[in-house]
Order: sequence, then structure tokens, then C-alpha cells
Amino acid sequence: MFYREAGQFKTSYASDQAIFPILQDRIGIAVILVAAFSLPLYANDFILNAVMIPFLIFALASIGLNLLTGYTGQLSLGTGAFMGVGAYACYKLTSIWPDVNIIVWVICSGFFAAGVGAIFGLPSLRIKGFYLAIATLAAQFFLEWCFIRIAWLYNYNISGAIEVPQRTVLGVIVTGPRATSETRYIVVLAIVVAMTWIASNLMHGRIGRTWMAVRDMDIAAELMGIRLLPTKLMAFAVSSFYCGVAGALMVFLWYGGAEPAVFNINQSFTILFMIIIGGLGSLLGAYLGAALIYILPIVLRFVPEWLGIPIHAATVEHITFMIVGVLIVFFLIVEPAGLARLWSIGKQKLRVWPFPY
Amino acid sequence: MKVRQVIMGVACAGLVATAIYASKAQAADDIYVPLFTYRTGPYANSGIPIANGMHDYLTMLNERDGGIGGVKLNVEECETGYDTKKGVECWESVKSKNPTVVNPFSTGITLQLIPKASVDKIPILSMAYGLSAAAVGKDFPWVFNPPATYWDGLSMIIKYIGEKEGGLAKLKGKTIGYIFLDAGYGREPIPLLEQLAKDYGFNVKLYPVAGKEMQDQSSQWLSVRRDRPNWMVMWGWGAMNPTAVKRASENGYPMDHFIGVWWSGSDDDARGGGKAAKGYLALNFSGLGSNYPAIQDIKKYVVDKGKSQVEKDKFADTFYNRGVYNTVLVAEAIRNAQKLTGKKVVVGEDVRRGLETLHITEARWKELGFPGFAGPLTGISCADHSGHQGAYMQQWDGDKWVKVSNLIEPMKDKVEPLLQDAAKEYVDKATGWPKRTEACDKAM
Repeated sequence: MFYREAGQFKTSYASDQAIFPILQDRIGIAVILVAAFSLPLYANDFILNAVMIPFLIFALASIGLNLLTGYTGQLSLGTGAFMGVGAYACYKLTSIWPDVNIIVWVICSGFFAAGVGAIFGLPSLRIKGFYLAIATLAAQFFLEWCFIRIAWLYNYNISGAIEVPQRTVLGVIVTGPRATSETRYIVVLAIVVAMTWIASNLMHGRIGRTWMAVRDMDIAAELMGIRLLPTKLMAFAVSSFYCGVAGALMVFLWYGGAEPAVFNINQSFTILFMIIIGGLGSLLGAYLGAALIYILPIVLRFVPEWLGIPIHAATVEHITFMIVGVLIVFFLIVEPAGLARLWSIGKQKLRVWPFPY
Repeated sequence: MKVRQVIMGVACAGLVATAIYASKAQAADDIYVPLFTYRTGPYANSGIPIANGMHDYLTMLNERDGGIGGVKLNVEECETGYDTKKGVECWESVKSKNPTVVNPFSTGITLQLIPKASVDKIPILSMAYGLSAAAVGKDFPWVFNPPATYWDGLSMIIKYIGEKEGGLAKLKGKTIGYIFLDAGYGREPIPLLEQLAKDYGFNVKLYPVAGKEMQDQSSQWLSVRRDRPNWMVMWGWGAMNPTAVKRASENGYPMDHFIGVWWSGSDDDARGGGKAAKGYLALNFSGLGSNYPAIQDIKKYVVDKGKSQVEKDKFADTFYNRGVYNTVLVAEAIRNAQKLTGKKVVVGEDVRRGLETLHITEARWKELGFPGFAGPLTGISCADHSGHQGAYMQQWDGDKWVKVSNLIEPMKDKVEPLLQDAAKEYVDKATGWPKRTEACDKAM
């Protein structure tokens, strides 16, 4: 019904190879983009600040980890730390050169994360799978230790936390407490959309193909002439770049300040769960996973209030934990390959509906 | 077919919109007091009694007096789990409902909320926690930390140690160990500790405890065993406290030389060490036990009617009373705000003025039904948002806490310059920090 393709003919190779070959998909994406960019017109502060901005930032971090784990097959537990590198780099950059456009610094901080990520990616040439996860765990602990112990990173602040100063772009306040949620949302959305688009292009090009070849069988990839070290290090660097930008966005446009504890191992696990549930090796999966893990608990918390059931806040919290846990198990049983796979199966069904074969 | 799609789309959008607006609808004829609490997560053992105390006192005011000034209080808990992320989320969810005051009950969350307070016009009452420098009312008109800052607390502990050693001059050459939760909270007192060490000539040994190892602490106490500091001072929270008390007694550290700040002195904290914890000291500024008319009222109107979540044997324990103390300040601030503005239903901006004119004398404590519950709170002014009030030392006798000292006044002369410096530094770093524009009310 929704996916009737009658009359859509591919008349060139380009249209056949398009990322969204079906007209309905293109319309859908356009509608989502328009809706996303016009959201500030009709959503309140809570939706923007506590739901959408975090969701987009988590989606970006998930894309970052997905490039590494989903597309290149390198398991990493250092995501939280790489996000931290981005955040602290951005903080240092903007405190040393306060006059430079903050968005430039947010993007630049990704390069610092990329450098650190590439260094901690070095063991990936020798070790694989779970063993690599342990090696990246070292990155997590080492970097977290740095965030706590190296006072220079947080400008010798007594509390050890970083506080985001006010910065303007073209006369509009973008960071700091006085930035409106609309501004921050639009900035985050623009960066996340642009970086998703770049990631998508990366994945459909030569680089993405070499990564997937390495993921599927690295010896075969090597025999085909793919040099493993540069490929894997590039995957680590690009992935960390994404995580770093996500971390900088998180502190500068969402939290407005951060303690080192924000970038702890739990953060890494959260992102890892997002991509596992969303679907490894899928950009859509990064969004779906972030939505399920981050937005669902918030929505669940409001359900009793809407229904007018008086229960205590803590009880709601416990119930939310349980429901989210059950849903995760449910989705993984129904479709171990993640929500993105569930969506593509559903789409396939819709395309042939009502004549399944 | 197209039409059907459009209808579906509109229906979905409508559903979402109603959901959004349904959550916004709010009666405007009550006073909204959100409570940021945590009954879940690693710090729940400290959070639950405080949450119960705060909730029950305000509920009691509703039941007994019909609210404050004849207006019902709308008390609503928001679960933070001591997680900064959720704390900020709570702030976003309450800010559109005209909250009177926010009690974050976490230093980490407080630090995040301080810049937002002046923008959203919601005062923050961080009772004896949070940013010490926020006591400077000139720079932080929206943040309050009565009755004393961490730095006041540390100076009281050093004073107490000095007294036991026979004068502050006797501290020379002594070693004081400082075991702390390695987060904004535990690190806050270090600058003053180092300053005092320089002034009095004692040595400081730091034992940081990371959040993830707070239930272990074996390596820290091994170092304590090796270093043998003369006194141990603790800035712990949540599961860190009972563990530290237990480890100290296991390692044979003399418990009467082990002093916790007021956040390390709950009944559960000391009970963790069992009988061996006898002698453990902690600061406290709220009353012990249930022997106060107002606490009895809570029992009568709230607990006995099944409107509280408190377990019977935990009623009116140390942290429960701390929660009560916190909400007494909130209630007084609301009363002041009503008097100042003449309005019945007050909002954040009014309560900020109410907090600034907070003035609870001994007689007023008695009037409120808390004779001798706490020291007078008379030091708050527009310039001083903390009051720098004294606290007393309590000691664990194996079963319960016993008051063992009179009010110890903080070393205001040492703390004040540091506070001013820290506030100035904070304001300098945060470019675009708003200048205080709020007028100052006469004390009531």
C-alpha cells in the first residue's frame, strides 16, 4: 500500500545505484528532515532540551561506534573516553582561542579524538574480537584517569569539572546557559545531519567497502590488496572523530558543563548497546538504537502521569528499568540483527503487500 | 490513497501534540515544590532517608495546616538517581511548571544547574553542599547554600581536632589524612585544607576514592595503615560511607580520630561498621531523634496514615531529619515570599527573595515546633547566601548518634577570602556571567 512502486523505472545506472532508489523513501526522508528542522516551531523546551538534543548526540556517537564495530568489525569499549577527548579538546581550544567560532572548534576537537583513537587502535592489527575490546578498555581507563588527574585539562578548576563559557556565532548565543534551546537544537541537528550524510557517502564508496571487506574476512581482504594497518587505523580515526564531535556537542550544547564521570565506562556501554539493538552496520540503526535506549525511558516515565495513575517517582524508575530491559530482550529475540533489520524486513513486506511470497 | 496517508499523518501529529500539551497543563492555584530525589542508584542509601524527610514534612504541612498561607503545596518528586544527566532532565521537565525552588541534592547536578538558575529564574537551595563560592550573593543571586559551606565544615573539623590536641598550635607536625569521593563534591574542600595545612603546619595526605571503587577502598585503607595519619577526615557519600567506616575499624584505625562531614554521618553509615564503629565522629547541623513536636506531627499526620514511604525503624534518623531541615528552610522561604509580595501563590522569583531574607532564630525554631532542633540561622543576607552557621559534632555509641559538642563556629576569617577569590575566578572564567540586577529586600 505505502510502497507501491508501479511506474518507477530506473533509466540510468546512477538511479539504479541510488541510496534511496524508491520514491517513497526519498519523500519520507524529505518529510523527516523538514519535520526535524521545523521542530522548534511547535515543540517546547523540554522536548528540545531533554529529548531531541540528547537523542541526536547519542545517534552521532552511535554512528561513530558503528563505523568501527558495525562496518569494520573492531569491537571497542573506549567510546566514552573518545567522546571525552573531544569534549576536553574543545574546552581547551575555546579557552585558549576564545574568539574563534565555536562550531569550528567543535569540529576540530574531532581531530584530537581521531588522533588519540588511532593511537589506541594500533593493537587492532595484532589482536581481534574480545581481546581488542580489552585493549580499548585500557584506553577508557587511561583517558578517564587523565580527565581526573591532569588539572590543565580543566583549567585547574577546583571542582574538577569543566564549565562551558558563553560563545556566539554571528551574534547569536550558541553555548552557555543563555543560549536558547532552539538555537542549540538547530546547530546540533545541522552537524548531525551533515555528518550522517558524510558517513553514508563514506560507506558507499571505496573506503567503506575496504572496511566491510576487512570486517567480513581480513585475510581475504589482505589478499585482495587491502593494507590492513592503514585501513583499521583509518576506521579507528574516523570513528573516534565522530565520537569526539559527539562528546564536544554533548558538553557544549547539551550539558553546559561536565564532570569526568560523564565519560565513564557506562557511557561506552550505553553507546555499544545502542548500536547492538539498533543494528550493527547500519546508519539507520544508530538512530533507532539511540531512540530506543534514550527516548523510550523518558516516554515511559510520563505514561503514568498521562493516565493519571499516582505512583512514586522511584517506582516509575524501577518499572522503566524493567520494561526497557524486557523490550531489549524482546527485540533481540525477534530480530537479533537489530531494529534496522526489522525495519528493512517490514519494508520488504510492505513492498509486496498484499501478495506475500 | 494519498488522502489516507495525509489523514494518517495528521492523526499521528495530533496524537503527539496532545501528548505534549497534556503534560503542560497544570493547575495554577497551588505552590509547586519539586523535589529532586534519588531512591535508586548507587547513592540511594543516602538519598532515601533525605527524600522521605523532605516529602513527609511538606506533606505534613499540607495535612495539618492546609499548606502554607492557606495554599496547598504541590509536592512532586523527580528521580535523579544522583545522575547529572537525569538531574538536568528533571530541571527541564519542572521549569515550565513554575517551581518555587529546586533542591538538587547532588553537587554534580548543582554545578550544572547554577548557570541555568539565573536564566530560568528558579532559585537553587543547595543546603550545605554544591559550590562553596555560591555563598557570595553578589555573584550568585540565585544560589543558596545555608547553613554552612563545605569550607566552613572543614574549618570546623580542623578546629575540633585542634581542641582535642590542645590548641591549634599543637597541630604542627601532625598528619591529617583526607579520604574523599573523587568527584566535584570531595575535591571542593582541598584548597582550604591545603591553606590550613600551610597556616598551622600540619601535613595532609590525600586518599581519593573513585566512584567505582567506593565499595572496596582496600587500597586506600592499606595506605592509611602505612601512613598512620593522626586524624582522618572523610568527605564521603552513598555507599562510600559505610564501607569506609567498616574498613577503618577492620584496619584498627582509632575510630574517635575519624571524622566525617555532615554527609557522612547517617545512621546507616555508622551501622556499617557495627559495634566496632563505636567512637566514629561526624558533623551534624540538624537534630537527633523524634523528640520534637513537629516531628511528632509528621508521625501523626503522615507516617501513621500511611502517606509516607519511610520504614518504621528509620523514621527520624539522622538523614531523615536532615531532609526535614531542608524543607523547613523551603517552607520558611515560601512564607517570607508570601509576606514580601503579598501574593498567595508564589513562584521562583518570589521565593528567591524569601530565601535571601531567611532568618530563623532560636525562638522561631521553637515556634515551628523544633525547639533546639538546630542552631539559629541568622547569618543570611544579600551578600552572604550561606550564613556560615556552626555545626556540632556527633559520635556513634554503637547503636545511635550522640551529640558530643556544642556548636563549633567556622573560621570565617580563613574561609571568607577564599570564597571571594573562588567566586571571582568562577565569574571571570564564565564569560558573559550576568551582573546581579536583583534588588535586595530588608530582612524580616
